[in-house]
Amino acid sequence: MYTAKPYRLSFVLLVVALLFSWLLNIGSGSVDIPFLEVVASLFGGKSGVDSWEYIIWHYRIPKAFTAILVGGGLSLSGLLMQTLFRNPLAGPFVLGISSGASLGAALLLMGASLLMGITSFSFLGDVSLALAASIGSFLVLSVVVIVAQRVKDSMALLIIGLMFGSITSAIVSVLAYFSSAENLQRFIFWSFGSVANLSSQQILLLLGIVTLGIVFSILSLKPLNALLLGENYAQSLGISLKKSRLLIIIATGLLAGGITAFAGPIAFVGLAVPHLTRQIFDTMEHKVLIPAVFLYGAILMLLCDMIAQLPNSANILPINAITSLVGAPVVIWLLVRKRKMIF
Amino acid sequence: MENSKKNSLSARELSIGYGNKVVAQSINFSLHPGMLCAIVGINGIGKSTLLRTLGGFQCKLSGEIMVGDIKLEEHPPSSLSKELSVVLTEQPASKNLSVQELIALGRQPYTNWLGTLTSEDRNHIEKGLDAFLLKDLRQRKCHELSDGQLQRVLIARAMAQDTPLILLDEPTTHLDLYHKVQILKMLQQLAHDQHRTIIFTTHEIELAIQLCDKILILDGKENPFGDPCELIEQKHFERLFPSEMVQFDPNTGSFRVNKSG
Repeated sequence: MYTAKPYRLSFVLLVVALLFSWLLNIGSGSVDIPFLEVVASLFGGKSGVDSWEYIIWHYRIPKAFTAILVGGGLSLSGLLMQTLFRNPLAGPFVLGISSGASLGAALLLMGASLLMGITSFSFLGDVSLALAASIGSFLVLSVVVIVAQRVKDSMALLIIGLMFGSITSAIVSVLAYFSSAENLQRFIFWSFGSVANLSSQQILLLLGIVTLGIVFSILSLKPLNALLLGENYAQSLGISLKKSRLLIIIATGLLAGGITAFAGPIAFVGLAVPHLTRQIFDTMEHKVLIPAVFLYGAILMLLCDMIAQLPNSANILPINAITSLVGAPVVIWLLVRKRKMIF
Repeated sequence: MENSKKNSLSARELSIGYGNKVVAQSINFSLHPGMLCAIVGINGIGKSTLLRTLGGFQCKLSGEIMVGDIKLEEHPPSSLSKELSVVLTEQPASKNLSVQELIALGRQPYTNWLGTLTSEDRNHIEKGLDAFLLKDLRQRKCHELSDGQLQRVLIARAMAQDTPLILLDEPTTHLDLYHKVQILKMLQQLAHDQHRTIIFTTHEIELAIQLCDKILILDGKENPFGDPCELIEQKHFERLFPSEMVQFDPNTGSFRVNKSG
C-alpha cells in the first residue's frame, strides 16, 4: 500500500518505550530491589544480594519475556480478527478460542474428577493444564474452520464463533456447579490469567507458537490489505478467499490459543491495542500495523503486569482484571472522543 | 485499428441466475477494446446478476462468456485479476483507508508477496489520482469523502489495476445530475483514450444513450444489444417499461411522464 510516511520515528519511539517498560517491569515486584541494582544485575554487574540476583534472573526476566509474547501475540491476533471480520469489535476471542481453552481447562480441572472420580490433582502439573487448554481451543477452532469452509459470509462466521463461545461457557458453568470447591478454585485461578511461573521449556514452546503465528500473519499480508476493501473486491484482486481466511484463522488460533493455554484468558488486550495503535500509526497498511501492534501490545502487557504485581507488596492481582480495567475505559474513551470506532 | 477487431468481452446464449432460478437468459453481446457499454433495464431484471456473473463472483447457468480469447471460467484467479477489474455497489469495508492507500490496492495483482510498490506501480497510482481529479484528496480518509468523490476513488482504483476490462455496478447511483455526467464522461474518456472496455449497469438511460458506444437492454425476452441509435430506431426503448405511464420520445432520446396515462 501507499502509506503517507515510513513511520520510522514512531517505531523508534515504540522500541524505546518497550525497553523502558521492560526495565520498569523487571525493576518492580513484591521484593523491593533498588532500580540501579536491577540495572547493574542486567548488565553483568554483581548486585548486592544473591537472592535479588536469583529473583531477577529466574523470576522477573522470564515473566517479562512471557508478558511481551502474550501482549504482542494477543494484540496481533486482535488485529487479524478485526481485519478478517472488518469489525472494530472483533477480538482474538470471537471465534470461541478462549472459550475453547476454558472448556479444556475446565474439563481437566473439574470434569475429570466428576467423570472418573479422581479427587486429587497433585499429579497434574501446569503442563497438562496448558495442554488441555490448547487442545480445547484447537478443537473449537477446528470446528469453526470446518464451518468456515461452508459459510461464505464472514459475519455469519463471527456469529457462529460467538455461539460456540456460549455453548462452551454453558458447559463450563455446568461443570463448575458440580465441581468441588477446591477444583473450582483452581479453575478460577487459571481464569484470572498470569504471565508468571512458566518454566523455560514452556516459554520456549510459547515463543515457538507465537513465532509461527507471526510467520502466518506475515504470509497473509496481501490478503489482509485486500480484505480492507471487502471480500468481493479482495477476490477481484486475485486473492483466494478460502485459502487466506484459513491462513488468518490458523494464525489467530496459534496466537490466541497458545497464549490462552499458557497464560489463561486475558481480556481486552486483543480488542483495544489495535485501536490504540491506529491513534499513532494513521494507516491501514498491515506491513506497518503488524509490528506496531505487536510492540504496543507488549508494552501494555508489561505495564499491566507491573500493576498486577502491586510493587513492594506480597499480593498479586489477577492480570485479567487489570487488562479489563485498562482496556474497557480505553475503548469507551475512543468511542466518546472519536464518536465512532472507525475501522 | 487492428485493436478494435479484438474481442475483449462477449457472451453467447448466456443464462444467469441462482441455482434453479433463472433470472435472465439468451443474453448475447460482444465488445471490443475502447467501447463504453451500458446495461439498462427495469429493477429486478438481472442487471446486477449479469454483472456479478461477468465478474466471476457467481456462476453462470449456461452459455458462454469470453474474456479476451479465453473462457471466463478458464482464467485462473491471479490472471483474471489482470484482465478484469470491478467497481461494486458495496462500500469499501474499511472507511479508514486513505485515497492513495485505496487506489494502491489496485496494484496488488502486480506486486510481490509483501505488496511492495515499484516505481511503475506508483506511476499507475499517480495516473489514477490525476485522471479522476484526486491529487488534492490523496491523504483524505474515505469516510471524509462525498459520494461522488468516493466513486471517483473506486474507479481510479479499478483503473490502476490496469485491466483491459472494467465492470461497474451502478456507478452513478446516489449522485446528482452533475456528478452523474462527470463520472460517465470520465468513463467515456477512459474507454476511448486508453482503449479499455468498460461495461456498467445504470438507470440513467438518457445519459447512456448520449455517452455510450453500445447498450445492452435487458427486457426479459430478446435482450437487444447495439448502438444507441439503432436501438432507438428499432423502438426498443419504447418497450422498456411495462406500462404507458412513462413514454420514450425517440426525437429527443428522453423519457417523459404520460400525463393522460
